[in-house]
Amino acid sequence: MMHNAETSANSANLEFVAFRVGAQEFCIDIMGVREIRGWTQATPLPHAPPYVRGVINLRGAVLPIVDLAMRFGLGLTEPTPRSVIIVVQVHQQVIGLLVDAVSDILTVVEAAMQPTPDIASDLAKTFVKGVYAVDGRMISIVSLDCVLPISAKAAA
Amino acid sequence: MTVDTMAAIRQTFFQECEEQLSEMELGLLAMDEGNADSETVNADFRAVHSIKGGAGAFKLTALVQFAHTFETALDYVRGGKLAPTADVMKPMLRAADVLADLVEASRDGKEIEESTYASVAADVKALTAAEGEEEVEEVIDFQPTVIDFGMPEIAAEPTTSPLHEYRIHFAPRPELYANANEAALIIREFSRLGSIEVSCDTSAVPSLDAIDPEGAYLSWQIRLSSEAAIEAVRDVFEFVDGETEINIETDGQPEVSDADIAALLAQALGGAPSFGSEETAAEEPTSEPKSEAAHEPPPVEVIAFPGQAVETQKVAAVAAQTTIRVEFDRVDRLINLVGELVINQAMLSQRVIEANFAGSSSVVIGLEELEQLTREIQESVMAIRAQPVKPLFQRMSRTVREVADATGKQVRLKTDGEATEVDKTVVERLAEPLTHMIRNAVDHGIESPEARIAAGKSPEGTVRLSAAHRSGRIVIEITDDGAGIDRPKVRASAIKKGLISPDAQLSDSDIDNLLFLPGFSTAATISNISGRGVGMDVVKRSILALGGRISISSRPGQGSTFSMSLPLTLAVLDGMAVSVAGQTLVVPLTAIVETLKPKKGEIHALGSEGRVMSIRNTFIPLIDVGTQMGFRDTPADPEHSVAILIETGGGARNALLVDSIQDQRQVVIKSLEANYGTVAGIAAATILGDGRVALILDVDALVTGSFEDQRGETLRYGTEG
Repeated sequence: MMHNAETSANSANLEFVAFRVGAQEFCIDIMGVREIRGWTQATPLPHAPPYVRGVINLRGAVLPIVDLAMRFGLGLTEPTPRSVIIVVQVHQQVIGLLVDAVSDILTVVEAAMQPTPDIASDLAKTFVKGVYAVDGRMISIVSLDCVLPISAKAAA
Repeated sequence: MTVDTMAAIRQTFFQECEEQLSEMELGLLAMDEGNADSETVNADFRAVHSIKGGAGAFKLTALVQFAHTFETALDYVRGGKLAPTADVMKPMLRAADVLADLVEASRDGKEIEESTYASVAADVKALTAAEGEEEVEEVIDFQPTVIDFGMPEIAAEPTTSPLHEYRIHFAPRPELYANANEAALIIREFSRLGSIEVSCDTSAVPSLDAIDPEGAYLSWQIRLSSEAAIEAVRDVFEFVDGETEINIETDGQPEVSDADIAALLAQALGGAPSFGSEETAAEEPTSEPKSEAAHEPPPVEVIAFPGQAVETQKVAAVAAQTTIRVEFDRVDRLINLVGELVINQAMLSQRVIEANFAGSSSVVIGLEELEQLTREIQESVMAIRAQPVKPLFQRMSRTVREVADATGKQVRLKTDGEATEVDKTVVERLAEPLTHMIRNAVDHGIESPEARIAAGKSPEGTVRLSAAHRSGRIVIEITDDGAGIDRPKVRASAIKKGLISPDAQLSDSDIDNLLFLPGFSTAATISNISGRGVGMDVVKRSILALGGRISISSRPGQGSTFSMSLPLTLAVLDGMAVSVAGQTLVVPLTAIVETLKPKKGEIHALGSEGRVMSIRNTFIPLIDVGTQMGFRDTPADPEHSVAILIETGGGARNALLVDSIQDQRQVVIKSLEANYGTVAGIAAATILGDGRVALILDVDALVTGSFEDQRGETLRYGTEG
């Protein structure tokens, strides 16, 4: 992959982890993914925004869990035994994303990435940085920069 | 030499500088207090000298120059030419500060304007210049002539013991100069021992085209007649050991020198440190023909220097065994791992109980042993990171000097319990609040010398800084013998600033605690020392953030005491686990006064939502943790709850309403900020035995929050207690 990336930016292959949130499919760059683990009951945080489900213990570190469906304005996720937490690194922080299921690992040619269709949706504007078509499905590429808002830090 | 090794050596040099500086400051303070024995002065001189030497090797010119000036002054004290009086020690102590600044600047690759410390340098120079002796700077100008170093007070002394004649051959190697030593200093050192005749041998100096500017070509022959023993003569070369060729020849009183030599030989051969009589010494199988000593010609003994080198190496080896340098990162990692171990051990215990193995006594015993072992490991590991507060206290003495100078006050800092150990992280985070409090004590606490005399006190004020371990915490107290808190003035100022209502009924301690309110300053003129907009509220907040408490007591005319109580470590906390709305929360044990079961009729409503609890006829605000944390919407029924009476750092008492108490346990503190952010009312998180995260309550934030919600800020301090 690294080798390809060096040869040409246009033909570079990127790998994404694809997952399902509600009825929609999203994906994130695999380089940001630390691990994928099953759902465990989280400890709720007081005064947290509704999409922060609480914190769990990840081998001694305290990991906040973001309900991506809630974050995207798609309603609260009812965690089931099949629900999955994708542990990702965003800048200096490690957070867990609660999603319904991980569906695939995609290898995408960067040139095949399409810009986000221009629709009047906050979700699209804030979190989707592009879309990709595979077998007639549309998969949105998620930008993780805004998943945990700064306001969470300023809550105190 | 590669850049990396140079950098490593450089780092070691600065590390050693730090140690030497702190040792030196300690020594200077001892001298200042009049406890200057020769060993202290020597140690100080050595410290400055080695800093100078190292700085020379790294070409840190400014540092070398200043260290040289300082060293010269210390040398005068060492030689008894300068008495360590208060007038002398004041510039000396300031010079130590400058030296520390210069070392720090050099370490960080910065430059300090010479003008900023020129006055200190001049003061120190003046100390030595006053003695009227010109310093011999240029060694190169030495002519092969007899130089009278003019030590009448020593030379003219009636000699009680016989004079020894020493012939010393002194040929420095280039390393000596490279380490910023000077031949002149060594020679001058001999002048202290007695009368000397020096001749310089320039025969080795090559022609100009062949000369190496960093080479060493000169050697000296020194004839010394002194009553000093040969050890004293040899000691002169202590600092240049290995950097020069030295031969010391003695002649003179045969029986005396015989004994000297025998003693030296015994030392050099690593034998018994003392000997019984001259005979046994003389009979020792040595290569030197002892029997001839009594006859002419006078014997010439070459003193074996390698023997001394072996001795010093031995000392170094012993010292190396007692301590090692370890990077803090490694220790921190170990502490984190032990934290994991503690959690894991708790999880294992819980699982064993869940799996009904509890009936098997061998498993239970094994688990108990594991628990004990884990705790011991944890304590030992925490002890590694524990540091004495001594370096911190030493820094404070500098603060006192600076502030006293700036305000024209006379203040002495007395410290107590410097060996008290506390976790490194606590020490680090204590420096700032402590500096501020010391500044305050000098600036606001201690009066001007005139006012002190008028009040019948000594013109010199005292600030006492003490540390002690008390029931698993460290207690640090700052006491000044100044005017004490001017309570009417504090009260008036608080009313003027709208912090309290004019008719508020405040006890003395309530008024004292007003100092901790944000933005409070009583100094009539805002000085640039205390009036930087950083008030006692910031100090209090830093102390609270450390899990500590702070309190004031003051007596008018007699001074004030600030007392801080801090946890010994920030890694673990003793807490009480409580249940609230199905969640487990941890309340820091230090905040808890008592737990109560509320009875019917003890809870009274106040206002729309507020409730108070009557405890022994005092009404204490009741905080419903469940609703406060947003865990439930309807307030808990007090009769089915437990009230925990807590006291905040400011002394305010509140009752926390929780569903039930689980147990009391030691928890490992985990940061919430690292991956998330700060949460109001929550200090940190921890991991429970079942692997789940539990939150640790920030009692003070909880109380402050509830006050603001329920009563408004103005009344806050009026209703406490």
